[in-house]
Amino acid sequence: MNRFSYSRPGAVSEAVRAVQAEAGAKFIAGGTNLVDLMKYDVERPRRLVDVGALPGLDRIEEQAGGLRIGALVTNSALAYDPRIQERYPLLSRAVLSGASPQLRNAATTGGNLLQRTRCYYFYDTGTPCNKREPGTGCPAVNGVNRIHAILGTSEHCIATHPSDMCVALAALEASVEVTGPGGDRRIALADFHRLPGDQPERDSTLGADEIVTAVQLPPKGFPANYTYLKLRDRQSYAFALVSVAAALEMDGGSIREARLALGGVAHKPWRDPQAEALLRGRPATREAFAEAAALVLKDARGYGGNTFKIELARRAIIRALSQAAAGTPQPIADKHIA
Amino acid sequence: MPVDPAATGAAAASPAGRAPAMQHRITLTINGTRRQMEVAPWTTLLDLLREEMELTGTKKGCDHGQCGACTVLLNGQRINSCLALAVTKDGAEVLTVEGLAAADGTLHPMQAAFVEHDAFQCGYCTPGQICSAVGLLKEGHARSAEEIRELMSGNLCRCGAYPNIVAAIEQAMQQAGVAAR
Repeated sequence: MNRFSYSRPGAVSEAVRAVQAEAGAKFIAGGTNLVDLMKYDVERPRRLVDVGALPGLDRIEEQAGGLRIGALVTNSALAYDPRIQERYPLLSRAVLSGASPQLRNAATTGGNLLQRTRCYYFYDTGTPCNKREPGTGCPAVNGVNRIHAILGTSEHCIATHPSDMCVALAALEASVEVTGPGGDRRIALADFHRLPGDQPERDSTLGADEIVTAVQLPPKGFPANYTYLKLRDRQSYAFALVSVAAALEMDGGSIREARLALGGVAHKPWRDPQAEALLRGRPATREAFAEAAALVLKDARGYGGNTFKIELARRAIIRALSQAAAGTPQPIADKHIA
Repeated sequence: MPVDPAATGAAAASPAGRAPAMQHRITLTINGTRRQMEVAPWTTLLDLLREEMELTGTKKGCDHGQCGACTVLLNGQRINSCLALAVTKDGAEVLTVEGLAAADGTLHPMQAAFVEHDAFQCGYCTPGQICSAVGLLKEGHARSAEEIRELMSGNLCRCGAYPNIVAAIEQAMQQAGVAAR
């Protein structure tokens, strides 16, 4: 790990000023991703500004019929909060399908939003990587790319965003509260993460001197008809090859409202408004789900090692929508593959 | 409490290999004993425990949060000590495998259950497994063998002692009065 200085401000405004004042200064909270990246020399901060103990950011509060989740609420506290479990079970399931209990006890909501890709080349400072060192190239495009993206890629980067939590937040149409030198603003989750384009070094639209203070959940939580389906190389404690957050509002056998978000397939949680529109008003049949899946994946592109993900995603979407429509989400401890 | 390292800020440029000048004073309660110490900001809780406190029961496996060998209880919650910078845990209570047994040497029920069920082979992952299992019990979310397996997935055992580890935890759970479902 490189040498760096450390400070622990007492307020958000002080923390923002500390990061703004020094090039190479970074925020640290749970540290589960940042410390790991520092051990690999991928991150070399000059200063860490510790926001992990800032007051008031570790609460979940009622807000406008929904919930406001403070940025320092740990992944465990979020997933096991009774209000989240009852009103937003999709979010609880998604969070509990990620990482391990130890990591979830340390990792925060804000940090989860900002975690970085697990692309092998990004982590390996002995190889080029446009995300780590802009302009050096992307060895994944023609290299080992089993875990990489099939949607929204660019010639510069085919990395995926690794979060499960964010996939559920995308389906729930959450928004992110941030603050910085320019004041407070709110970013829709769909606009928070970005596609790589020609700037893959930028994971999100958050400014370097801005900080996430909370995540807002709108009132609609889809507690009756939802599922988070996560497919991976081992049955727990692994990143998704493909994951699907499906949330439906049913009207008898028909779909009144549909939300669908995919993880493990793109540089951001992947939503397709056209596929959701196609499902609205339709009977909840396998044919409708297959049409939606085909629409989501119509521009999908495989790079060799990850080409299997296109068919995997198609099947995962159909299965997730079937489970959601039937109101039978698969428990995390249930490893049965239907 | 805000920490101002400005006075020692120049130390950031000190060459590698020299004793780091940039120290921060922190207080930790480790296995019930309150201790003040000076730490460099890049020292992980794991390295502090093993190298400076001589508490080598906590093991360094992968050092990247992937194996769970370094699991300790921080303020009662299990975490990976390899990914925690000690300086960020000022004021915390740390419980390691050395702190589980009673003062007279009576093993913690989880330790006794691991011995009874032969829940290890080489033993390297065992301190992490036991601390993790103590955390699991305290969290209270596991009620079945299936749920124990899911909620112990952060602890790898390369010898493959998993069936006996699950049996040991089930026994400790029953002793603690947790009803199976």
